[in-house]
Amino acid sequence: MESNPVLTEGATQASVCEMPTADAYVVHHITNLRLPKGSDPMDPFVLHLDTMIVSWVLGLFFLFFLMMAARRATAGEPGKLQNFVEMLVDFVDNTVKESFHGPRNFVGPLALTIFGVVFLWNLMDLVPVDYVPYAVCKLGFANYFRIVPSADINAPFGLSVTVLGLIIIYGIKGKGLGGYGKELFTHPFGANPLLWIPNLILNVVELIAKTVSLAMRLFGNLYAAELIFVLIALLPWWIQFVPGGAWAIFHILVVPLQAFLFMTLTIVYLSLAYEKH
Amino acid sequence: MLPSIWTLVGQAGTFLVFIWAVMKFVWPPLTQAMEERRQKIAEGLAHSEQAEQALDRAQAEAEEVLRGARRKAGEIIEQASARSNQIVEEARQSAVAERDRQVAAAEAEIRLATNQAREALRERLAELAVAGAGQVIEKEIDAKAHRELLDKLSAQL
Repeated sequence: MESNPVLTEGATQASVCEMPTADAYVVHHITNLRLPKGSDPMDPFVLHLDTMIVSWVLGLFFLFFLMMAARRATAGEPGKLQNFVEMLVDFVDNTVKESFHGPRNFVGPLALTIFGVVFLWNLMDLVPVDYVPYAVCKLGFANYFRIVPSADINAPFGLSVTVLGLIIIYGIKGKGLGGYGKELFTHPFGANPLLWIPNLILNVVELIAKTVSLAMRLFGNLYAAELIFVLIALLPWWIQFVPGGAWAIFHILVVPLQAFLFMTLTIVYLSLAYEKH
Repeated sequence: MLPSIWTLVGQAGTFLVFIWAVMKFVWPPLTQAMEERRQKIAEGLAHSEQAEQALDRAQAEAEEVLRGARRKAGEIIEQASARSNQIVEEARQSAVAERDRQVAAAEAEIRLATNQAREALRERLAELAVAGAGQVIEKEIDAKAHRELLDKLSAQL
């Protein structure tokens, strides 16, 4: 499953693309391609170009795929592509319908986008860990290239911060500005003015916890999985297929599960914000 | 694992763009097509049910018509057989009448012929008798003079 040109054939070729030690190899595989080059590792005002490129490519692929089906959608007998996409839409729509009891013309597409995009992000973890970084390095583009956006903490947080914004918007939409504000101050302990501040603090913490847990659940799963693939790639080449195969098979379960969880929790959070208790 | 604000912001923006695109170009046509198909199927099912009911009705009607036709055919056959019996009876009767008529005619003819023959015989006998008597008395009887006598004689025979 995991090819390791760096540690097998790589031993004889001296090049910047090969990592001499296991340490350097692992660090190389968990380092993003940062812009601008040579910036301070702790400087947050940088861009992870690899994450952006991969997620745009995957997102555009996802959109192209869906739009092809949507453009030729007929109410008559559906083709194979339309059938598959309809199944996906139907599955997402049903999941939304179960938890969210409001208009679905935005929440439906939101859920479908989350599911599709996160699924494709996670799927990148099944690409053997050395292929893309090695190719990118050999072609002279860059020294680092991580291809699993969900294993870069900034991508899951990008989604969950958007979801946080949507939670607040849906809270206001469902209960009105006053209603939502009132809930922030009087829920869960009660309407006593003395409890306003504790209520607000608790609600803010809850919102932050939702955002963080949403992002960290996805990131943690995929980061750990990626790291394990990298560690498996350090084994001798003739034994890699055993743990690598087992982990990849297990991963087939994790990939859609994490996408589904992210989608479902988003819907549940929006529904909690939108509906009156 | 390192934080990257611009990646985070970029991902959030990318995400919003994709949601927008899905909402604009993907979700409505697909859900619309699915809803339309659902309605079509519902209509089709309703139509097929109606057609089934119509078929049931038509079958019942056809059965009714068939039963009527059978009854009518029975009646016609009965009438025909009665008529044929009647015709045969009439023919028989007319044949009997014809036979009786012909038999009567034949009998009348026979009677006539018998009477004629008897008449002829009587005349012949009278002649014979006269001729015989003439020979007996060996004298020619004037036929004219005895005509009246002979006629009286032949009438008596």
